Amino acid sequence: MTTRESASSRGALSRRGFLQRSAVAGGYAAAIAITSTGALFNASEAWALDVKGLKPETMKTLILVARDIYPHDRIADRYYAIAMKPYDEKAAADPALKAQVEAFVAALDGAAGPGGYVGTGWEADRVALLKTQSANPMFETIRSGLVVSLYNQQEVWPIFGYEGESFSKGGYITRGFDDITWL
Amino acid sequence: MAAKFDQNDDSVVVIVGSGAGGGTLGNELAQKGVKVVVLEAGKRYDFPDFINDEWASFAQLAWTDMRTTSGSWRVHKNFPNLPAWIVKSVGGTTTHWAGASLRFQEHEFKAASTYGNAPGANLLDWPLTLSDLEPYYAKAEAKMRVTRTGDLPGLPGNNNFKVFKAGADKLGYKECHTGRMAINSVAGDGRVACHQTGFCFQGCKWGAKWSTLYTEIPKGEATGNMEVRPESHVAQIEHDSSGKVTGVTYFDANGALQRQKARIVAVAGNSLESPRLLLNSASAKFPDGLANSSGQVGRNYMRHTTGSVYGIFENPVHMYRGTTMAGIIRDEARNDPNRGFIGGYELETLSLGIPFIAAFLDPGAWGREFTTALDGYSNMAGMWIVGEDMPQETNRITLSDQKDKWGLPVVDLHFDDHPNDTAMRNHAYAQGKALYEAVGATRTMPTPPYPSTHNLGTNRMSANARDGVVNKWGQTHDVKNLFISDGSQFTTGGAENPTLTIVTLAIRQADYIADQMKSNTI
Repeated sequence: MTTRESASSRGALSRRGFLQRSAVAGGYAAAIAITSTGALFNASEAWALDVKGLKPETMKTLILVARDIYPHDRIADRYYAIAMKPYDEKAAADPALKAQVEAFVAALDGAAGPGGYVGTGWEADRVALLKTQSANPMFETIRSGLVVSLYNQQEVWPIFGYEGESFSKGGYITRGFDDITWL
Repeated sequence: MAAKFDQNDDSVVVIVGSGAGGGTLGNELAQKGVKVVVLEAGKRYDFPDFINDEWASFAQLAWTDMRTTSGSWRVHKNFPNLPAWIVKSVGGTTTHWAGASLRFQEHEFKAASTYGNAPGANLLDWPLTLSDLEPYYAKAEAKMRVTRTGDLPGLPGNNNFKVFKAGADKLGYKECHTGRMAINSVAGDGRVACHQTGFCFQGCKWGAKWSTLYTEIPKGEATGNMEVRPESHVAQIEHDSSGKVTGVTYFDANGALQRQKARIVAVAGNSLESPRLLLNSASAKFPDGLANSSGQVGRNYMRHTTGSVYGIFENPVHMYRGTTMAGIIRDEARNDPNRGFIGGYELETLSLGIPFIAAFLDPGAWGREFTTALDGYSNMAGMWIVGEDMPQETNRITLSDQKDKWGLPVVDLHFDDHPNDTAMRNHAYAQGKALYEAVGATRTMPTPPYPSTHNLGTNRMSANARDGVVNKWGQTHDVKNLFISDGSQFTTGGAENPTLTIVTLAIRQADYIADQMKSNTI
């Protein structure tokens, strides 16, 4: 890292930096744009998601809801998007589910006031909004599905330091099952 | 090799279930020349088929057919249709178990006379003693190649164990080691030694951990006296006008109803399915269910006083590397009412991967208090509590309003903790927390009991027919050619993981059944 870049990083607290942070105060999901064709597009993570069953704004909100339910600062938006994508697919085939999901997001947006859930800048404020809906059966449906659809993605396991399958590598008998040194 | 018996052959012993009880009983009888048909609800896999992936393995092995629950236990709230985490496949829950193989303590067979009358509890002494079982325990340990028995060494300790042992030493615990495990510490019985792979709960892909799937069952089949029919879900046990059982009906893999005649029926479907089968076998002669003159079928359900403690440390642990249950502390297993409860508990290391720790660490929790704990995963150590819980008549299996895909009423399970269970769990939580803090944990977390893996007591053994369902041989008091061969026989639960005792009782029961057949008593 060059000196210039370090200075720039430290500049996060400069006036300009503060304004930039305020501009994305919607959190990671504010970095998700909605394209003219109704897809979600995240330039910084270089991914796009076609939305077919739900409103694009609803899908964007669900991705932020997922992050606020299980916030991991080292997990990128795309994993939350992958975890929530099945709602869009199921909604396309199931009008009743679509109505429930849209109603859930509308309730969150209603509780949030102008700007809606996504426009609520701070996580603590959004968590307070989620708590207003915690008795809503859709909240528990989303949470209990997410605990599998997020944490069962093999790609996120290394972020937690979990190595997954080990049989094909011969187990850990010669790979550190007893390598602790700090005791 | 494997036999094929006629469905009208009424000379066979039919065993329902192929796990620790049924698989062992089948092989033991086959070795003695008794003809055996084992009906297993699940599919048959071999150990290379197992999957090192928690949810994928769960989908492969777990019993996920509908069950319903009630009661104040948290499992009812978080997992209302998954009261038990047990297996539906050939080998039963011996595919999933961690391998801990501990003998009951002498006083645990005399719970009522040792503990006295705990209010609300339905304690009873077993109709047998430790000395009755000792020769059979020795046979079971030899068969299962239990570490630290005979000349078999202990397993090496993994990182999770080393943290646990360091804490045990700091707390002054004296009996802490890598356990008595039915896992090969050296190769033997045609199976390799443990490779410290983790995933013991997902079926051991090496076959290093004992399971009836690749020990008892193929050995029994090799005699030519044993046939295993997978995907055979037993619907009812049938009887004649004298009250003797005559066979069973079952649904085959195609959903067709079949009948297998039998000289003897032995039920080993675990403490949920075994009483369900007896209750579903109600008839005009036995309107309250088969073998239920005592009214005790389905009652006194026990699940051990469990819970877990996880600690997060400054530095890495990688608890998931190596055997899932990698060590034990036995000091708290004694009965010492001065601690504020009767009975005792074991502490055993435990590890879950990220998918399951997310699901089970604090079910239903969300937000940063929860996610920061998962962020500490690589620096986490874990232990499980296994303690004696109180049998209560109201903790019971009944038939649910809901039916399975064959139209059979499913299990409804009601459970409330006894105050003694709660006091014991809180004591164990405090000890676990102190243990990890003694080694420098920066955060410790209590985890509530998972869906039950130790399911016991619902067809309990008793000296008197009015107090229980089976006698000291597992033979039902009411029907002399009907046996119970699983953990539902347990009069009380003890503090020990139950599999070794289930296997021990099955070996002993096989001797009895063979003798009774030879003398034409049955």
